[in-house]
Amino acid sequence: MVLKRKVKLTPKGEIGIMVEAESISPDSFAGKSEAELGEIAVMQGPREAKLAEFFEVEAWDEETTVEGDVAVEILIDGDVSRVKRIGQRMTKGRIEIGGSAGMHLGSEMAGGEIRVRGNAGSWAGMNMRGGLLEVGGDVGDHAGSAYRGSWRGMSGGKIIVHGNGRSQLGGGMAGGEILVEGRVENFCGIRQNGGLILVGKDAVRGVGAEMIGGTIAVLGTIQNFTPGFVAAGTERDPAIGDLKIEGEFSKFLGDYAVSKNPKGVLYVKEAVI
Amino acid sequence: MSTMVIKNGHVFDPLNGIDGEVMDVFIKDGKVTADLSGSDLARAEVIDARGKTVMPGGVDSHAHVAGPKVNAGRLMRPEDHIGSVRPKTEVAHSGSGYTVPSVYKQGYDYSAMGYTTVFEAAMPPLEARHTHEEMRSTPMLDMGAYLVLGNNWFLMRYLHQGEIEKAAAYVAWMMKTHKAYGIKCVNPAGVENWGWGKNVHSLDEPNIHFEVTAREVIHGLAEVNERLGMPISLHLHANNLGHPGNAEITKDSLAVPADVGPSQKMGVDWAETKKDPHRAQSVYLAHAQFNAFGGTTWRDFESGAAKLAGYVNKSDHVVIDNGAVPFGPATCMTGDGPSIHDLYVLAGIGGQKWSNTDVELECGSGVIPFNYLKGSPISAVQWAIGLEMLLLVDDPWKTIMTTDHPNGGVFTQYPQVIAWLLSKRARDETAAECHKWGYDRSSLGGIEREMTLSEIAILTRANAARTIGMAYRKGHLGAGADGDVAVYEIDPENFNPDDSDKVIRAFSRADLTIKDGMVVARQGEVVAVPEARRYYVEPKVDEGLAKDMLADVREWFKYYTIGFANYPVPEKRLRNPVPIVVNGPEGGW
Repeated sequence: MVLKRKVKLTPKGEIGIMVEAESISPDSFAGKSEAELGEIAVMQGPREAKLAEFFEVEAWDEETTVEGDVAVEILIDGDVSRVKRIGQRMTKGRIEIGGSAGMHLGSEMAGGEIRVRGNAGSWAGMNMRGGLLEVGGDVGDHAGSAYRGSWRGMSGGKIIVHGNGRSQLGGGMAGGEILVEGRVENFCGIRQNGGLILVGKDAVRGVGAEMIGGTIAVLGTIQNFTPGFVAAGTERDPAIGDLKIEGEFSKFLGDYAVSKNPKGVLYVKEAVI
Repeated sequence: MSTMVIKNGHVFDPLNGIDGEVMDVFIKDGKVTADLSGSDLARAEVIDARGKTVMPGGVDSHAHVAGPKVNAGRLMRPEDHIGSVRPKTEVAHSGSGYTVPSVYKQGYDYSAMGYTTVFEAAMPPLEARHTHEEMRSTPMLDMGAYLVLGNNWFLMRYLHQGEIEKAAAYVAWMMKTHKAYGIKCVNPAGVENWGWGKNVHSLDEPNIHFEVTAREVIHGLAEVNERLGMPISLHLHANNLGHPGNAEITKDSLAVPADVGPSQKMGVDWAETKKDPHRAQSVYLAHAQFNAFGGTTWRDFESGAAKLAGYVNKSDHVVIDNGAVPFGPATCMTGDGPSIHDLYVLAGIGGQKWSNTDVELECGSGVIPFNYLKGSPISAVQWAIGLEMLLLVDDPWKTIMTTDHPNGGVFTQYPQVIAWLLSKRARDETAAECHKWGYDRSSLGGIEREMTLSEIAILTRANAARTIGMAYRKGHLGAGADGDVAVYEIDPENFNPDDSDKVIRAFSRADLTIKDGMVVARQGEVVAVPEARRYYVEPKVDEGLAKDMLADVREWFKYYTIGFANYPVPEKRLRNPVPIVVNGPEGGW
């Protein structure tokens, strides 16, 4: 029998200036007492503050039968949409958020899992390397994308969005999977060179712009199709990695605008060309 | 200002023939002095440098640290900033950026390495105001900037017509107008052609419209430079930069001003040195690495360093800086717009970001991010060439160590370059990690030479200062020199140059950086922000000649997008400006 550390954070009230809290992660919570957890530093604008200023902190150990994994489990009981960088660079453990989360949720995470019941702000899972990020609602712009200006974004792990994505989802993606049940807006998979993006509903425009590798499947309609893609016939029930999607799909290769021999594959149910 | 004694350090002061001797350095009122009186000694700040290396403050004679192309690099590369952030401290600003740091971070990072003086190597005249604004905000460093003049309409016209006196009058006026320090010549005659999508690839092809050749521009600017008696010689970025086989044209370009003798006519007081502090060269080749390519294509690409270094060895009118490639991310930025386009095409990845600009009647510019990889055959050869260019030139007084920051690498990588120069084993270890072309296609693997600390002092301060005309106050510790000193955690009596980690640590974070007699950084941490100076030249020329020249300038000024009155940079834009009168009426220098 092993002991699993559980920490519950309950927001104390409305947060004015956004709080940057990359320290809310199983990695930095490990081995700390309840009092020590409350002392953990976060930034609010230029001011350094303590976690306990914004959250009630409760910590306890639970017996678990799970072998091996005894990483910290963090429960955030409420809305933290004004708290940024939760779970940034985490490598193990679990974070569960009852409400919505702020920007940069799980950015650069390498392992473990984050589940959010509500929405996540922009840059969720930016440059993600491993682990699971699951969002019950919508994500903001740049989910699973590269940091501004850089070539390589998400390289591993999985992002599941039960709601909608916005623009630049999976930008610069080099590996891993992003599954969006709803729709996305502009430039989904821009500069993608690996990995898989699945969009359950429609996309607005620019899907796969400048992609040279990887796969995108749009199960709905692309309103404005990206120039630079070449039709490569149709496929029924194509297998995309471990996933199988059902129905008749048009297949395209691209983006020829940026490469003579691009390896990007784009499946779409219906495209307005 | 206080007095200071740096006691018992091993002093390396090559301009004064001091090679690691244990001695004291005295500073009073910001200047080095031979001695201190008893009362001064009694209240002097005493620094114990026993078992440590003491050098004059570092001098960088070639870096890109201010102006619109540098800022374009910053704007273009947010990803360069995210992982490289320094927080604000009691005395220092916050800052960010790795290959192109913000002005504050740049100043602090140089100071951490013991540098006190840095010169911006390419200031486009029209962008001088911006350049000065950035230099004004750069802390810790004395600075100046070379004016880009190799494709200037007025000069191309004068030089083609053989009007050397008017050309000199124009350069004199431009230096004063833009508060510039020296003449930079970038891809002479070629950048003008780039405005038409073309370039020049030899010394004798006339360019479009002006019909001037690279040879005429190089020779003319060198002659103008020496007529005016400028502190620094012509700083030349030769044609065909970055093309296989360019070592040949580089060698030929250096031969062009061979008949022009150096003549430094500066109205300044020279601090005491044992060695002649005047520059010996009439041409200073920028970033030799990028201009020492052998082969004919990228397939048979190889080092051309032996050829170029051979020429430098037998020529006394040449100094080079190497533009080392220490591997890793860089941001290539140059006034050579076409070379950036070539690199963009070569990089071969579509959609790669880059930028190019045309600076009206004057020059051009381009910026592109680049990553030098150890596994890349080309990068490995470039790494080798950068080191060969310093190791194959026998006389260290003909070489200066740079990375052409941020083109070949970042200035914070200087300690790594020093480690390679000090140790063959360090080079062998890196070569083993590199693509085999590194050693196979260069002579680096066969070079046994290992530099001494004294030679490092020549390459990183003494010769840099002498080459640019700053040895009247910088680059040495003779009486009257600026009280700029770097103390490094290296005990020459117990020093293993093969211990690269230690070498890099010591040169990355100077034990103490002292500027104008004040400790400004300790173990790399900034503890005080000194006032810093901005140097420029005021050449004197015949007034009648200047009047004729200005009539020509006004005639063509209509082609500029700005008015004549808005062209000059007023002195009030500079913090602590130090004009240096050259070619003045009073003799004696």
